[in-house]
Amino acid sequence: MKENWPGACGLVLDEPLIFEKGAKGRKGYSLPRLDVEEVKPENIWPRKLIRQELDGFPEMSEVEVVRHFTRLSQWNYGVDSGFYPLGSCTMKYNPKVNEDLARLPGFTRAHPYLPEEMSQGALRLMYELENFLCQISGMDRVTLQPAAGAQGELTGMLMIRACLSDRGNPRKKVLVPDTAHGTNPASSSLCGYQVVQVKSNERGVLFPKTIEEKMDEEVAALMITNPNTLGLFEEHICQIAEVVHRKGGQIYCDGANLNALMGLTRVGDMGVDVLHFNLHKTFSTPHGGGGPGAGPVGVKAHLADYLPVPIINEEGERFYFDYDRSKSIGKIKSFYGNFGIMVRAYAYILSMGAEGLKRASLAALLNANYLRVKLKDFYHLPYDFPCLHECVFSDRLQSQYGVTALDIAKRLMDYGFHPPTIYFPLVVHGALMIEPTESESRETLDQFIAAMAQIAGEARTEPGLLQNAPHKTKVSRLDEVLANRKPRLRWKPEKKG
Amino acid sequence: MMRYIPNAEGDWGEMLRAIGFERLEDLINILPEPLRLKEALDLPLPLSEMELIQHLHALSEEKSQGRRMVSFLGAGAYDHFIPAVVDHVLRRSEFYTAYTPYQPEVSQGTLQAIFEYQTLICQLTGMEVANASVYDGASAVAEGVLMAHRLKGRGKSLLARAVHPESRIVTRTHTRPLGLELKEIAYTKEGATDLKALGAAVDEETAAVVLQQPNFFGCLEDLEQAAEIAHSRGSLLIVAVTEPLSLTLLQAPGLLGADIVVGEGQSFGNALNFGGPYVGFFASKESFLRAMPGRLVGETVDRQGRRGFVLAVSTREQHIRREKATSNICTNQALCALAVLVYLASMGKEGLKELARINLSKSEYAKKKLGSAARLRFSGATFNEFVLTLEGDPQLILPALRQRGIIGGLPMKRFYPEMGREILICVTEMVSREDIDKFTEILGTLSRGAR
Repeated sequence: MKENWPGACGLVLDEPLIFEKGAKGRKGYSLPRLDVEEVKPENIWPRKLIRQELDGFPEMSEVEVVRHFTRLSQWNYGVDSGFYPLGSCTMKYNPKVNEDLARLPGFTRAHPYLPEEMSQGALRLMYELENFLCQISGMDRVTLQPAAGAQGELTGMLMIRACLSDRGNPRKKVLVPDTAHGTNPASSSLCGYQVVQVKSNERGVLFPKTIEEKMDEEVAALMITNPNTLGLFEEHICQIAEVVHRKGGQIYCDGANLNALMGLTRVGDMGVDVLHFNLHKTFSTPHGGGGPGAGPVGVKAHLADYLPVPIINEEGERFYFDYDRSKSIGKIKSFYGNFGIMVRAYAYILSMGAEGLKRASLAALLNANYLRVKLKDFYHLPYDFPCLHECVFSDRLQSQYGVTALDIAKRLMDYGFHPPTIYFPLVVHGALMIEPTESESRETLDQFIAAMAQIAGEARTEPGLLQNAPHKTKVSRLDEVLANRKPRLRWKPEKKG
Repeated sequence: MMRYIPNAEGDWGEMLRAIGFERLEDLINILPEPLRLKEALDLPLPLSEMELIQHLHALSEEKSQGRRMVSFLGAGAYDHFIPAVVDHVLRRSEFYTAYTPYQPEVSQGTLQAIFEYQTLICQLTGMEVANASVYDGASAVAEGVLMAHRLKGRGKSLLARAVHPESRIVTRTHTRPLGLELKEIAYTKEGATDLKALGAAVDEETAAVVLQQPNFFGCLEDLEQAAEIAHSRGSLLIVAVTEPLSLTLLQAPGLLGADIVVGEGQSFGNALNFGGPYVGFFASKESFLRAMPGRLVGETVDRQGRRGFVLAVSTREQHIRREKATSNICTNQALCALAVLVYLASMGKEGLKELARINLSKSEYAKKKLGSAARLRFSGATFNEFVLTLEGDPQLILPALRQRGIIGGLPMKRFYPEMGREILICVTEMVSREDIDKFTEILGTLSRGAR
């Protein structure tokens, strides 16, 4: 392998588990002097409620703590490390200034039960963010409460259920396309609905007739992702919405892929009744290695009464929480949602403006289509149409050499790239789902294309290189089967004699 | 606005030609014509970085929010000191700009950290397995109740009224569409859950009994007896914790008979943040593993036999089981869990206990002092929170206290209509003896006025 890729070998330091470090008596903390009389639990608590030993907790100096976590961080690959084309995850750049702004003491030190007159700034920020999201999506009202996309889905489906119950029948089924994220069926079933899968057509999108055949008076909603997980726009969405509405059903739109649409079109103009946003995808807030994110939900006016409490209203120059809403589904999460994430998304929208958001979506489309066109000489492209923000290839051409999507993904690590999403969507066998986002330069994309081309060549000439990849990472391929068969989910202290 | 988008006009030409387009704007033509937006979105003009900072600074300070005041607010969100180390680790962008660790070979940092976090949650709660986190303490309670229903196949659960009101309403939101019944159990005049009433209410249809330790009033619950009552009818005991610092002095709920221990981890290294992001912890017995919600990290080996970590037992999860999954959770609170871990590691075994004793001692001091200017509502033992009955209406007294720089606690009436004069007070290490004395003095004057 020629060394013109980002993937090089650096010095990687080993680091044991935190429980294997430190020693008795070491301290990493300093505490203020106690300025009142000391009270011991033994003197005031029932004996049986008192803990004898805080077993298994580390005893380390500050230096050791910092070094431990610094070393751990160096085994991670993030957006700041390099290209992270994880499909449907929108791994765009996380602006640094937003990290600083979310840490302003006026925000971080604000208690959620502060009286309203003392939290006007935070309330204004939330109120304005809600309005920005309405404007971007064409929805009428937004709740910022859900902590992530999946919680947003549940919130949305609960509102649909409550609305249909009020109309006399909550209904029994939810239609979910075969291209949907796994959270869609899981959220529907948590809502008490039976999931009915519907097939996308040979062009990778839903066809109104398919929906018409499945649609009856017991279908509460259709959950649709637009653009879908193949990166294709659901071009019949308006007719589909009409079919569903005619029979009294609702349209839920999974907005995970909204990064394709900002300033270009509005989901709210397509007959959609409920839409969730992923602030940690479209609006640049960091993924944090798996959260925290935020999954606000937008609704059309007829569902606004069912939004979780509280909603924020404005009266004169004053913002306040409104809890007095008899039709609300209740609360999906404590307090008001992941406020710290809202600050980042708000700052992002203000930095970009209308023109910037539109430019971001267009640039994301350009990057995705560029990869689609350039890579299809080397990898099978099952749906060969102009895509939006992502494109899906498969391992079909490589499988004749005994090479799988997993092998290709692992080999990409050696070249210095994070792998794409693999084996999803389920409609593509051996899928490689690539979403470059607008954050990548032409050189990075060209480098990635060259790496993918070289890997396709290796698959033919030296498949073992892929099957044993990665070679340059801290650990080589890990045995996931063992981890499932014999789960070891925690470290255990040695038994005392 | 363009500094986040590397490709500039000069880069587009060749790329556009490669895909058969002429101008960047033409890419909108991939969308059906009738749906293309004709005009620009109605959003404020973009701000430069400097203007943005000025604007957010002003918002964060608006209406005295950031002004230095002494706060006695707790009630599920605790004002603890956070050592500088915590945020410095969190700002390592290899941690915060990474995705969920689906590709373990390039995510060992996140994975080992979660494994360490899971271990400490087990040690703290006295349970055998803990997941990688859920959204917050309230949704952890809801997930616990749903899991008990899955395990037991029973249609009812009992929640103590002394469980955090937000946890109860969130649980209700989650259980209602599934037709599950929730019944609440009253509290005694000492401020603990009425175990006689619990004994009378629990039956063969009860999947779970939920108690909070310490409860919303700050009072300690007799978990051992509650466990006996729950188990006598084959129900599970779920223990919820909103102030986990208390567990460094309190017996681990797992050793007192709890089957599931859930809670809010905010106290450990996560700022108040106006209510989020926080982090829910979720721990249980090993035998319930396959019914647990959320991600789990497990230890394994690589091809050379070296230790490594991966997402494990994921056949429970939505991306594989879809509608049959144990939960719909996908993104969780990984970075907040990392904050918990770094905090626990820095404070260490001794620091945590010492800090908890400081909280307990100050709270006892405040009980003694404030109890002279007002009345303690409950006689039960507490950790760092307690309920105070004021001489007058809290809606009049609290604003007067704020005039003097003190945020005096949470009025209870909002959640407990029978507590019209009660406020919930929290005393952490962030409050000094002088603060408590000042609070007492002002309260005394105001109370005399109210009489």
